[in-house]
Amino acid sequence: MSSVLNSDTSNLHQRNIDYDIDTNVTRLLKKETITSGVGGAPTTEDDEMEPLPSQPSGAHIILEESSIQNFTRYTDQLLSNFDPRWRNWIIRGIFSFIMLIGFAKLIELGPLVVSLVILLIQIKCFQEIINLGYVVYKSHNLPWFRTLSWYFLFTSNYWLYGESLIHHFGFLMNKNNFLQPLVTYHRMIGFLLYTSGFVGFVLSLKKTYYLKQFTLFGYTHITLMILVTSSHQMIQNICEGMIWFLFPVSLIICNDIMAYMFGFFFGRTRLTKLSPKKTWEGFIGGGISTLIFGFIFAGVLCNYQSFVCPLEYNEEIMGLAISCKPLSLFQKTTYLMPKPFTFFKRTFELYPFQLHSLTLSLFASSIGPFGGFFASGFKRAFRIKDFAATIPGHGGFMDRFDCQIIMALFTNVYIATFARIASPHKILQQVLELTPEKRDEFLRLLRNHLKE
Amino acid sequence: MSSSTSSGIYHRNIENENNINQSQLSKSETSPTGAGAPTTEDDDMEPLPSQPSGAHMIVEESTIQTFMQYFDRLLIGLNPRWRNWIIRGIFSWVMILGFAKLVSMGPLVVSIVVLLIQIKCFQEIINIGYVVYKSHNLPWFRTLSWYFLFTSNYWLYGESLINHFGFMMHKHNFLQPLVTYHRMIGFLLYTSGFVGFVLSLKKTYYLKQFTLFGYTHITLMILVTSSHQMIQNICEGMIWFIFPVSLIICNDIMAYMFGFFYGRTPLTKLSPKKTWEGFIGGGVSTLIFGFIVAGILSHYQFLVCPLEYDDERMSLATSCIPIPLFQKTIYTMPKPFSFFKRTLELYPFQLHSLILSLFASSIGPFGGFFASGFKRAFRIKDFAATIPGHGGFMDRFDCQIIMALFTNVYISTFARVASPNKLLQQVLALTPENREEFLRLLRNHFKE
Repeated sequence: MSSVLNSDTSNLHQRNIDYDIDTNVTRLLKKETITSGVGGAPTTEDDEMEPLPSQPSGAHIILEESSIQNFTRYTDQLLSNFDPRWRNWIIRGIFSFIMLIGFAKLIELGPLVVSLVILLIQIKCFQEIINLGYVVYKSHNLPWFRTLSWYFLFTSNYWLYGESLIHHFGFLMNKNNFLQPLVTYHRMIGFLLYTSGFVGFVLSLKKTYYLKQFTLFGYTHITLMILVTSSHQMIQNICEGMIWFLFPVSLIICNDIMAYMFGFFFGRTRLTKLSPKKTWEGFIGGGISTLIFGFIFAGVLCNYQSFVCPLEYNEEIMGLAISCKPLSLFQKTTYLMPKPFTFFKRTFELYPFQLHSLTLSLFASSIGPFGGFFASGFKRAFRIKDFAATIPGHGGFMDRFDCQIIMALFTNVYIATFARIASPHKILQQVLELTPEKRDEFLRLLRNHLKE
Repeated sequence: MSSSTSSGIYHRNIENENNINQSQLSKSETSPTGAGAPTTEDDDMEPLPSQPSGAHMIVEESTIQTFMQYFDRLLIGLNPRWRNWIIRGIFSWVMILGFAKLVSMGPLVVSIVVLLIQIKCFQEIINIGYVVYKSHNLPWFRTLSWYFLFTSNYWLYGESLINHFGFMMHKHNFLQPLVTYHRMIGFLLYTSGFVGFVLSLKKTYYLKQFTLFGYTHITLMILVTSSHQMIQNICEGMIWFIFPVSLIICNDIMAYMFGFFYGRTPLTKLSPKKTWEGFIGGGVSTLIFGFIVAGILSHYQFLVCPLEYDDERMSLATSCIPIPLFQKTIYTMPKPFSFFKRTLELYPFQLHSLILSLFASSIGPFGGFFASGFKRAFRIKDFAATIPGHGGFMDRFDCQIIMALFTNVYISTFARVASPNKLLQQVLALTPENREEFLRLLRNHFKE
């Protein structure tokens, strides 16, 4: 954790032009983070902005070396012959590949591992944002606050993931005795945990620090709201089928890369003041290529049952279901060609999901980037370049996942609207839970309705 | 609107030349409020972001202040302390009677009033944000905040309505798309607001805009979820709204009384007027009061029945079979007391009421402390000056928020029963093949 704090201070440090410690390394780091194109890092031209709450002008912050920086220095010595622009391009490209390959390998490991990794990434992003808040609001003399923030993270995750687990695997829990009270009183336990944190916050209020403490309280809660709900929705998406996680994530990745490429080669008109490196050419080019890529990729993914099947516990084999009857969304359907094209083909076979993929791609390329603009605005507001320096050439985890958050939320709503079907098993379970009088009333109502 | 807020902030400035009588009355009426309004002794605190020291703000007269002026002349003979006590007492009675009248009008009216109060509280808090962060030159922000309020309410209340009354909606054609695509519509509405916020970011105002964005969202999170939970509580039965609210009211009044007569040791630095004697006395009397009132309220079917739509009569159900919680049960007395009585007839709800009372008197006040800390942080006395003697709506409802959340969790843990109507709705929402499979599974189970 201290190395993250050091990398944060090194980010803040980079904005100060005069420094005398380790010129080579810092110059490299400054260049690599300044010329990172797609991440929307603000350039140093915005000196007319209001001063940062805690940044005295011209301060020297001591740069401590972390392992990533050592590695980068080593790589830098290898590449010191190349032109700086290409050097940055190469480092960014290498790490993009590493991330993509890591992502593919992760998918292979199955939905449970992916869920776990999402949880870990959420914790890492939370750490990045909270550290930012601490540095900006100078809350080093409020030791309780770090504890409380992590406590609230634990509490909200416990509550939300518990609800999900009970929802999906609740019938399993009936068998284990020691888990039973946790399941029955889950909401109460979650609520009491949160309330203890709340009471702890009120008791920790110190005179003359009220405004700062309330600001940090709000900051923590907003961060939690954003991160915990989006990671929870991502995991709910996975429960509907791996494709609902894999596909939107790859849409955003494709849009990012394609927009960068188009911007690199054809970029001319600036898109928004928030991210000066983004261009309209990149935006539109990225959008169209995402639509095409999405359409094709959706067709490829629908073939694989391991992606398309929802996460269900198969009682007979005592394991997760491997095969299932896919939704009609994922079954090849024959569509009639519209009039103009009937010369070439009478009918064509598509997965309905491919048509839905067009809507998802449209959202990913038009609204998705606004997540990136929001994060850029946030970074400009707090006068930082990146959330952290964890991934060389890209910044922190939050820099990579800012657009994924909105996409995960949209995908969840999309599933609920177009693809979710209530499972007959779950409804039966609820019927069996009714008291006998209510069950009779239910059957009576059912018969009445079916007669109509 | 803004005048009442500025008069709230205004009250902290000791030197004023406008209307000394009236301002002295308003100052005296808001300073000895037992509910934890900070006094003017905290000058060692860090300065408010936008408050230059010693600023004079012009007091605009609102109708409440004119009324107070008239009233003041009537009471001018009495001692200021008693005058404040009388005004506070009168308005407490006005509020309690208003609450009783409201409850008699039925659950739908109460739900609408909860919604209106939520909007009013939102307005109060947002106005404080505007004044404190000096955002008068960001006109988009007010629009966006209200838009987010509209969006979150639309989304949450729509979900509730569909949940409870969804099967009704199948009949009306024009509402059908709104019901089917409700989540998507809500999400797109919110996203438009989000996009609007990003587009409205102006250079040099970034930090302020982000701070206000966060401020609005926290406010929404608190107010909208709690009012939504309150209305869900009402749908389980009016008693689940009346009882917790009256517990908090009783705790407030009793703590004030005990503090007034016996108060000696201060409770917390945040609210210097609260005392341990008031806290404990209020707690014990709330336990007793809650136990008795729970017994009285459980009699009335009107209060105990959940909100259900009776298909035959095309209206809300007025009678029902109460859940076992509200049926008189016989308990055997524990050993020590069996001299007096062998058995005891109680509603189980009365035993649950002890837990609710315990929460209301021990954790409930922390909502008040949180609000006091908030007011100290922003250096204001009250959220607004809407209710004379008490402050704004938010001052009255700060403890109710936590109580509503606790009650909702309590209901879902101990009292919620799945409703046949909701299950039927779920069955009808199935596709034909799934419905067939469900009926098949159902027949299989009943054969066993």
